[in-house]
Amino acid sequence: MDPFLFLESLTLAETEWARVLLLRDYNTRIVLCGTMILGVASGVVGALMLLRKRALVADVASHAALPGIGAAYLIMEAIRPDSGRWLPGLLLGATVSASCGLLFAQGMRHIRRIKEDAALAITLSLFFGMGVVLLTWIQSLPTGHAAGLNEFIFGKAAALLASDITGIAIAAVIAVSVVALLRKEFCLLCFDAEYAHAGGWPVTGLDLLLTALVIVITVVGMQSVGLLLVVALMVLPPTAARFWTDRFDPLVWFSGGFGGAAAALGVLLSALVPKFAAGAVIVLSGTFLFALSFLFGSQRGLWWRYRAMSAAQRQIAIDDLLRACYEILEPQLGSIEELTEKPLTQAALLETHRWSPKRLRPLLHRAELADLLRRDSQGNWRLTADGRRAAIQAVRYHRLCELYLIHYADVPLLGADRTADAFEHSLRPEILEQLEAMLEAQSPRFSVPANPHAATETVARTPRPEAVS
Amino acid sequence: MSDPSSPLSVHDLTVAYQRQPVLWNIDYEAPAARLVAIVGPNGAGKSTLIKALLDLIPRATGEVQFFSQTYQQSRQRVAYVPQRTTVDWDFPVTAHDVVTMGLYGRLGWFRPVTRAAKRESLEALERVGLADFAKRQISQLSGGQQQRVFLARALVQQADLYLMDEPFAGVDAATERTIVGLLQGLRGEGKTALVVHHDLQTVNEYFDDVLLLNMRVIAAGPVATVFNAENLKRTYGGKLALLDQVGHQMVLAGRPQ
Repeated sequence: MDPFLFLESLTLAETEWARVLLLRDYNTRIVLCGTMILGVASGVVGALMLLRKRALVADVASHAALPGIGAAYLIMEAIRPDSGRWLPGLLLGATVSASCGLLFAQGMRHIRRIKEDAALAITLSLFFGMGVVLLTWIQSLPTGHAAGLNEFIFGKAAALLASDITGIAIAAVIAVSVVALLRKEFCLLCFDAEYAHAGGWPVTGLDLLLTALVIVITVVGMQSVGLLLVVALMVLPPTAARFWTDRFDPLVWFSGGFGGAAAALGVLLSALVPKFAAGAVIVLSGTFLFALSFLFGSQRGLWWRYRAMSAAQRQIAIDDLLRACYEILEPQLGSIEELTEKPLTQAALLETHRWSPKRLRPLLHRAELADLLRRDSQGNWRLTADGRRAAIQAVRYHRLCELYLIHYADVPLLGADRTADAFEHSLRPEILEQLEAMLEAQSPRFSVPANPHAATETVARTPRPEAVS
Repeated sequence: MSDPSSPLSVHDLTVAYQRQPVLWNIDYEAPAARLVAIVGPNGAGKSTLIKALLDLIPRATGEVQFFSQTYQQSRQRVAYVPQRTTVDWDFPVTAHDVVTMGLYGRLGWFRPVTRAAKRESLEALERVGLADFAKRQISQLSGGQQQRVFLARALVQQADLYLMDEPFAGVDAATERTIVGLLQGLRGEGKTALVVHHDLQTVNEYFDDVLLLNMRVIAAGPVATVFNAENLKRTYGGKLALLDQVGHQMVLAGRPQ
């Protein structure tokens, strides 16, 4: 069935869900459009801010904007009564006051005993405190109660007007174009500001520009998600995007995408459940996207890391098993081809590696499935051709590591076996190549170095070395 | 005055951190086409000297000229290799991206990175033996490889004077050999390198000249004549207690510069 028709039929049934999801509602459409544009811009600017390690700056800027809003309202009321709610004026006040806050924090850092984090925290609380005092006072004025300035604290995403959207869109387009134009310069600034400075780039100017972008996004974002939460819209998307890419440009644009997606998701959810404040739902959606990225992000998502780790552990167990097979057969070998011809008993395997029967059985089963071992008619195990190849390689790596430890790192003979166990599986191919070149002279038998424990076989083999001493 | 062919001439340079002088009256003339080791104890102001030369920190007094010009005028002819630990290696860029940053100055404002620039930076990576690692994110490189990436970023600039801050710190033997080879290659092309160096054992082997520094220039010149026990003793023989104290007093008394 055509999905569009399906949705259409739902609309005919006037379901609330379809009405929202198909954007039948003019208001939802406006709000969605505005917050998405904002989300994209804040994701893009936030990515730079985060890479420049200035995440706190946005938080300070948004809190420091509050007294400016109150002051702008009072000034406009004083000039002409009833003009105090004029939005451009309020936003201008917010911008001025946010900038003052950041300058104040910057200035405080020149006082030697105040560190940057303390300066930012002091500024944030000082300005926010002033703002709250101003706003409560305005509330007590005859006209003040209706001014609705509190909306700036918690946002009013669900009540955005078409005129608000124009402002947001203009600010967002400017911010994104500036980043697009200067992404090479910003990348250099964020990665190595000192080198940029030495290369003649105006580091202070670029930093100022970035701060200006942050202030602009903060101020326009305050209308929809509120000044308390606007920082989340700048920090969550790039943090989420970092789990998907290791490159600068994709990170910036992914971050914009996540910002837009979080905004869209939040607006739609809050339209479905009108009791929830849209601003908060947007931020929670951003958190949800972040959590998804943290778990499943292609670059360093927890799930993939877990998968890789358990796969590595399985591989290590198989390698250990094959190495045990080789070492059991080793004394009886005339040539390397005989590896596949000799039988192995389960008892011998149990004895060699001190596996418990409970661990050994599934391991053998897995090796059988992977066609590394097979059972012969007597019920004993035998290496297959693939198994032989893998066993030789496992033994070879282990012995190379052991020899290296013994000859170059002065690790005592008895400790080498255990230490090699610990790191032989995590070596990169280029390191193994180096090892091979270094230890070529040790004249390998069957391209496998001889067992360095051969001379002390009885001591080294049973019981395990660590039990001896 | 100064020799016009000299890649670097420093006259009466004094640098202060928070008004506390850390370098006093530095006078130095770098010879052309030589490898110069800057040697001195911890806190002698070796990194500070390099940063002050590059206008990264303000100078209290003094004149610095590169090829008889100010630093602003000769920027493209001077390449800087900062200490490896100064940047965040988790940053989302590849080795190739970092090297390309050495060309941003030549590319200029707003221009995207060109294909020619990418090719050039790949060649620089090849010169430091890291062509195979071009696409790796930089945190996946070993310390020595990271140092070589920084070196490649300076090489790609095709400068005539290289200022390197401890390129040998914490690197593996392969990287050390690569760096030494590159330095010798640069000298062969008539270029000069000033290298902050910690390992006194290898100064003789790697460098032509030495600048012994401990808050002031102790001695400067060819390794054969200057790098001797007496000068080393003067360089390392105890902290310069008196200078240190005077500087501190000046801060406490709040005296202007």
